[in-house]
Amino acid sequence: MHESGDVRIPIGPQHPALKEPESFLISLRGEKITASSVRLGYNHRGIEKACEERTYTQGLYLIERICGICSHSHSTCFVQAVEEIAGIQVSPRAKYMRTLIAELERIHSHLLWLGVAGHEIGFDTLLMYTWRDREVVMDLLATLTGNRVNYGINTIGGVRRDINSKQKEEVLKAIDILEERTKYYIDLAKNETTLLKRLQGVGVLSYEDAKKLDAVGPTARASGIERDVRKDDPYAAYAELDFKVISVNSCDVYGRTLVRLGELMESYSLVRQIIRKIPDGPILIKSPRKIPAGQAVSRYEAPRGEDLHYVRANGTEKPDRVKVRAPTLANIQSVSKMLEDRYLADMPIVIAAIDPCFSCTDRLVSIRDTKSKEKNTVAWETIRLKGIAWYKDKGIDFISLNKKLTKLF
Amino acid sequence: MSEENIKRELEDKFTYLKDAVIIQRRGRMFAQVPLDKFDEVFAYAVKQMHFLALSAITGLDNRDGFEVIYHLNQEGKLLLNLSVGLNKENPQVKSVIPYCPSADIYERELMDLLGIKVSGLAAGHRYPLTDDWPKGEYPLRKDWKSGTRNEEAQNA
Repeated sequence: MHESGDVRIPIGPQHPALKEPESFLISLRGEKITASSVRLGYNHRGIEKACEERTYTQGLYLIERICGICSHSHSTCFVQAVEEIAGIQVSPRAKYMRTLIAELERIHSHLLWLGVAGHEIGFDTLLMYTWRDREVVMDLLATLTGNRVNYGINTIGGVRRDINSKQKEEVLKAIDILEERTKYYIDLAKNETTLLKRLQGVGVLSYEDAKKLDAVGPTARASGIERDVRKDDPYAAYAELDFKVISVNSCDVYGRTLVRLGELMESYSLVRQIIRKIPDGPILIKSPRKIPAGQAVSRYEAPRGEDLHYVRANGTEKPDRVKVRAPTLANIQSVSKMLEDRYLADMPIVIAAIDPCFSCTDRLVSIRDTKSKEKNTVAWETIRLKGIAWYKDKGIDFISLNKKLTKLF
Repeated sequence: MSEENIKRELEDKFTYLKDAVIIQRRGRMFAQVPLDKFDEVFAYAVKQMHFLALSAITGLDNRDGFEVIYHLNQEGKLLLNLSVGLNKENPQVKSVIPYCPSADIYERELMDLLGIKVSGLAAGHRYPLTDDWPKGEYPLRKDWKSGTRNEEAQNA
């Protein structure tokens, strides 16, 4: 609860410490955070509604654009639901291809996170190193799918591109390089004082709180909850592959770092197994345009945690309802708990540690006035005044603050 | 506990759920619960059957009424989807926050996008629409079309 005696600071919707628009209101007593609340919705684009107005195939490409980082997660989660309703049995080779892209996506996402975490604690060398290495996997994704992001590999009934023996060799070579680099980062995480001092004991989320607030993915696994959809509710080819669920009990940002590093090593092993075991056969089964009436809930372990899609079909070529619950929406509720009684300076890394993706989280509605032919231009002054009024409503009066400042100087 | 055992336990405990519990496949169960009985079934599923985690809440406009689906899961493995039908005139559900604290944001979404009232939900930020979103406009309702805007609501 925000109390009247505390200093209140708005952070966001636009703020140098944030990578995407979201708004935190922080109450401070001295340097310590006493309360925090979050307002989301700034990236709201109308995707669920738009899906209802489009065919399944059109919706698939839209769904892929929910997120630039885990685009394959969303598209796989969606096609799995549609395929379940339509009773389409995807070929084993297509399942392996989906799993391969999924693990490469996890590698690029976790390396990206490691860089962002380095940046947030003022360790920009780590950012430069990890993002340089991330290029290796980005190039690999471009070779296999034609795209660095938004791969467009999934389609209802299978995948759109196959893998050849030359590409398989390229994958194995790249994985060797990345594995060596990751071993170095693991060594760094275990011994580098900057990382240890800055991450240990920061952003604590106890096992009980993580369970109560339904945290997912690496955030939950760093609080000792051994939960991973790939193991608990296997999809694609995961039931046939061997891997460990990485979890630690330190409950802090350091733990979340170790979990992601451990998962990178597991992903390399998974990619090698896929290349070795991928069965021959077709990659695509023709699917009907009209999907029979029915409903399905699909789950997927995205790099940030459990992604959940609910699809209801009504027998036409357009879905009746598509619901997306991205992992950040499940994790954002834990952030207030992590910030409680912590220092303000820890805030950027604590927020970054859940690897938030707000464009995934805010995905719903926008309005465009198509009726009026007149061009509406909003003056800069109007936006400024609206901003001032918005903050005033939240208890922060910039005009009186400005007056006080003018008096001071 | 297997899917069959869960189905049997629910049907034994609540006779009105006979034939209402469907096992779609391994790990996926759906159950349609009458509105006046929803509280007791939900409480039993969470407290006695250990469906402790809430993955999401989905709201639907079925044209002749609304439907709310609570996606509960047991140890991350088994998904029990409890759905409840609501009338068009006064759609209202009780907040499930006393059982699942993480429900807050999903319940605010129900209010914003479908106009379903959630009783017992504390005052707070709205989600996900903007603060100046016109009153009475619920984008996920079937009679709401994107690209158009209700004139009356616009002037409200």
